[in-house]
Amino acid sequence: MTQTNRFSTGGQIQRDTSHQFIFDGKRYKGHAGDTLASALLANRVRLMGRSFKYHRPRGLLTAGSEEPNAIVELRAGDRQEPNTRATTAELYDGLVAKSQNRLGSLRFDLLAINDRLSNFLTAGFYYKTFMWPAAFWEKIYEPIIRNAAGLGSLSLKDDPDVYDKGFLHCDLLIIGAGPSGLAAAITAARSGAQVIIADEDFCMGGRLNSETFLLEDISGSEWAIKIVGELKNMPNVRVMSRTTVIGAFDHGTYGAVERISDHVLQPEIDKPRQILWRIYTQRTILAGGAIERPIAFENNDRPGIMLASALRTYANRFSVTADKRVAIFTNNDDGHRTAVDLHNKGVKIAAVVDVRSDAPTSLDYEVLHGEIINTKGRLGLTFAEVRLKDGSVKSIKCGAIGMSGGWNPNVHMTCHQRGRPQWNKDLAAFVPGHDLPPGMTVAGAANGDFSTAGALRGGQTAAIEALNLKKTSFNLPTAEDATINLTPFWYVEGCSRAWLDQQNDVTVKDVKLSYQEGFRSVEHLKRYTTLGMATDQGKTSNMGGLAIMAELSGKSIPETGTTIFRPPYTPTAIGAFGGRHRGQDFHPKRLTPSHQWATEHNAVFVEVGNWLRAQWFPRDGETTWRESVDREVLATRKSVGVCDVTTLGKIDVQGTEAADFLNKIYCNGFAKLAVGKTRYGLMLREDGIAMDDGTAARLFEDHFVVTTTTANALPVYRHMEFVRQCLFPDIDVQLISTTEAWAQYAVAGPNSRSVLRKIVDQDISNDAFPFMACANITVCGGLRARLFRISFSGELAYEIAVPTAYGDALMRKIMQVGAEFNITPYGTEALGVMRIEKGHAAGNELNGTTTAQNLGMGRMISKKKDSIGSILSEREGLNTTSDLRQIGIKPIFSEASIPAGAHLMNITGPITAVHDQGYITSSCYSPNLGHAIALGFLKNGTERIGEHMRLVSPLTKVETKIEIVSPHFLDPEGERLRA
Amino acid sequence: MHDLQPITALGGLETRIDKFERIIITENDDLALASVAARKGYENDCRDKIKKILGDIPKPGQATLDNTEVGFWISPDQWMIKAPKSTHELLANNLKSFFLNTASITEQSGAWVCFDLTGSGVSEVMERLCAAPIRKMEVGEARRTTIHQLSCFVLCLKYQTHIRIFGPRASAATLHHAFMIAAKSCA
Repeated sequence: MTQTNRFSTGGQIQRDTSHQFIFDGKRYKGHAGDTLASALLANRVRLMGRSFKYHRPRGLLTAGSEEPNAIVELRAGDRQEPNTRATTAELYDGLVAKSQNRLGSLRFDLLAINDRLSNFLTAGFYYKTFMWPAAFWEKIYEPIIRNAAGLGSLSLKDDPDVYDKGFLHCDLLIIGAGPSGLAAAITAARSGAQVIIADEDFCMGGRLNSETFLLEDISGSEWAIKIVGELKNMPNVRVMSRTTVIGAFDHGTYGAVERISDHVLQPEIDKPRQILWRIYTQRTILAGGAIERPIAFENNDRPGIMLASALRTYANRFSVTADKRVAIFTNNDDGHRTAVDLHNKGVKIAAVVDVRSDAPTSLDYEVLHGEIINTKGRLGLTFAEVRLKDGSVKSIKCGAIGMSGGWNPNVHMTCHQRGRPQWNKDLAAFVPGHDLPPGMTVAGAANGDFSTAGALRGGQTAAIEALNLKKTSFNLPTAEDATINLTPFWYVEGCSRAWLDQQNDVTVKDVKLSYQEGFRSVEHLKRYTTLGMATDQGKTSNMGGLAIMAELSGKSIPETGTTIFRPPYTPTAIGAFGGRHRGQDFHPKRLTPSHQWATEHNAVFVEVGNWLRAQWFPRDGETTWRESVDREVLATRKSVGVCDVTTLGKIDVQGTEAADFLNKIYCNGFAKLAVGKTRYGLMLREDGIAMDDGTAARLFEDHFVVTTTTANALPVYRHMEFVRQCLFPDIDVQLISTTEAWAQYAVAGPNSRSVLRKIVDQDISNDAFPFMACANITVCGGLRARLFRISFSGELAYEIAVPTAYGDALMRKIMQVGAEFNITPYGTEALGVMRIEKGHAAGNELNGTTTAQNLGMGRMISKKKDSIGSILSEREGLNTTSDLRQIGIKPIFSEASIPAGAHLMNITGPITAVHDQGYITSSCYSPNLGHAIALGFLKNGTERIGEHMRLVSPLTKVETKIEIVSPHFLDPEGERLRA
Repeated sequence: MHDLQPITALGGLETRIDKFERIIITENDDLALASVAARKGYENDCRDKIKKILGDIPKPGQATLDNTEVGFWISPDQWMIKAPKSTHELLANNLKSFFLNTASITEQSGAWVCFDLTGSGVSEVMERLCAAPIRKMEVGEARRTTIHQLSCFVLCLKYQTHIRIFGPRASAATLHHAFMIAAKSCA
């Protein structure tokens, strides 16, 4: 027979819909509307896991997201998710779950030996043990501890599901859909406000689903269904069940995880498993309810011992009892409610043990005045021992105990912006303080209003105040309004192993040890004992630990302090934070205008920032990338090559004072640059260090086009906007990025002019369009274009630009007309080789540490004007004769390679940092020279041309002899580019 | 007349249209764009001319949509003007002639990709894409926001049923991919 612990009637489960599921390899049945926890309990499964440290048998403690014990690995294979609370895992047909934290089976866990060794494994044991011998730590102790530690295991496979992110806006966000949340929502919704109400449960109503109280003349759950139904039909309301608000962030933004597909076998195709919402709200009502407190007594962690409110939830909502014989241990009237409800369902109440001398009596069951001092049952509770007020001890046979130590308002979210809860003596609990996140109001049990009527009133009042409503059409139903009758009671004295934090195996004794050893602040207590850590964040344990520490130190609880909470409210899958930004979609891609053409021609692409650039174009028969790159370099220098340089930053600079502006931005002069001319420019940072280089082309008197390096396109634009807006706001200059507006190709090589003549409509002879000329032109019979005679390769070269939509067509046209010259497309590798051969600095040299002087461009800094960085570039320390200077390097033996990053050392002497002479920034193989070449920086480098040195890289065990040469390996006079 | 064949931002000769039950994603290639930035001392003159073209001067967060040329505010004294490419291929040149020395004009046609999202599912899809308060946006509202890490302009053309998005052209494929997965997710 299955589900023997299920009542024959009642509850909110759908008895006509059965779900089969597997737990630890065994098949069970449950119903739609069950959680994994309630379904296991229905099947008389009390043992659901093992504890973290001592591997003690553990069962359910709660019925909600605060659960510390019943933590399982949900699903199997690549969808396996560790540390899932059985209490919130919605049951579905085919669910597979596995208990965790065990070696062997759940019943016979080999690591339960730890429990026998508990005297050696007390709080902070790892601070005192494993100290000797020291050599054992890394090889023996740490691997063993690491293997034993941790909660659950990962599948180590890629998650096959997807997660979405989303953004919502509302006037009022209501967190929690219990009585206060629903009262607030319906009040706000009827006013016409945009309302979002979110609840982590799949069934809205909060405690209304767990109680038997009537609201007017219907049950609480029926009232909740009625209100939720009305809310769902209102266009101004978004009702979000299965949605956990995980954090309160700045400026009225909240994070919320909506579980779209966690309750089905697997998500539908293209549907997310979860959505991480960012909710922007004007006001928030936190109606997160309260969490019942356990009581610490000897062996209070046996499966079957749980919160009394949880017993009530399982009975009333899920129609399940934890056992046929149940005892209650309470310090307040609420514990008696559980006894009444269970008794009414036919469960034998073995006894209600109440610590209060004025506890209510009952005709239906025995009420004992005393304390539970111990329990029995290896894998599940069988007996409880009660010490009565007269000192006698009575043994009670029971399979479950409900602990009721009072309630803690759920203040978690009120602390997310450093708010501190306040102590309420009457409730013996912390309630929300005054320093709440801006716009937040707290209502209902979360605010300490524990009666149903109080919660309803609090919710409605909060909505009225939040939205400044004059009136409301919603009349609150009548409901129970009981007062609190509680005697604070945290633990039973004299116990050796009374559990406070069941997730971290922290006992009352551990807290006492912490106090004894001087770790007395709550922060130290937490870190010394691990109290309040891990997945439940101490929701059921922090108060107990704090109360005991207060008692030990002779202070009140508020004087002792309280820990505050931080997001997320409950554990959140990393996948939800990642959303769609994973794998290929981790960041956006920028495709060049010739991307399609390059793909057709087998380009190998490289990521440059977000850009995908062709790195080289392999041809049939080429077996290594070097063969392709060498061919591209040689072909370009011999005839002509073409390269997509669209990625270089392009900034449109216009205005009557555009030239003056550039004069301030660049350290060299631009005021007198003639229209139709381009000039190389160097930008300095305020501190005089080189920032970026590029060109500025003067198309009109009041119109320049500035180019930047690909990597610095954004930083340079940002810098220029800063200068325009903040440093020189009165200058008439306007800036806008046009990087993507124009497709731009470098056409380089001795035949580049011949190729371009076939498509450019104007005269581009050397006389008409000399080196460094620029112009607006037309191509192919009328398409507007721009032409710049600039060269990065050192060859006769041009850069030609057309509106981006025509970029693909222009590439194809260039290749077509260039065919008779054997035109060769080249990628970034060949581009890099040619610029090193020419000695042009690039990102490797403009590395944020180098100055114009280092780069051999010191004389570019104009003394006739002020420009950004020019003053600080004159600092004495940046201008010593022994400064680094850019130089070229070639190997003494031509077959030797020159690794970038290697350092330069004198030909004799030690190889140490003190004797470092410089370093290599860029290196490549030059197919034109037939050996490796490199650029680098060398102390007093310009005076050391011809010197032989050692190139060393101790990490990669390189040591080779090189010669210092001019950085201009090819055409140092620049005859080719002026041809 | 030149013989170069333009392609769309998604790389096709024709614009791409993707239809779902409640949303249609249309690549809008009929796009001539130019930015207009007022010159110092000519701000009022520039605004007068903006008004002549657009019928009104778009304020921050707004677009004017009534004329053939439409425009939206992009920064202080700076606007983006859009017209059909089929009739306004040389929009920037024409604007230069019109604004003369009152404004700096920059051709932006090639810098942007434009997508139209239409249908009853627009708001739901947009909520998965960006932080703009899409359900509150009235016709003529324009927002700068981030979609899949890309800075975009979002314009409301028809309340909750037609949104126009301008994004960086080089990332058109990424943007389109983001729209597609959001549309499928909401289908």
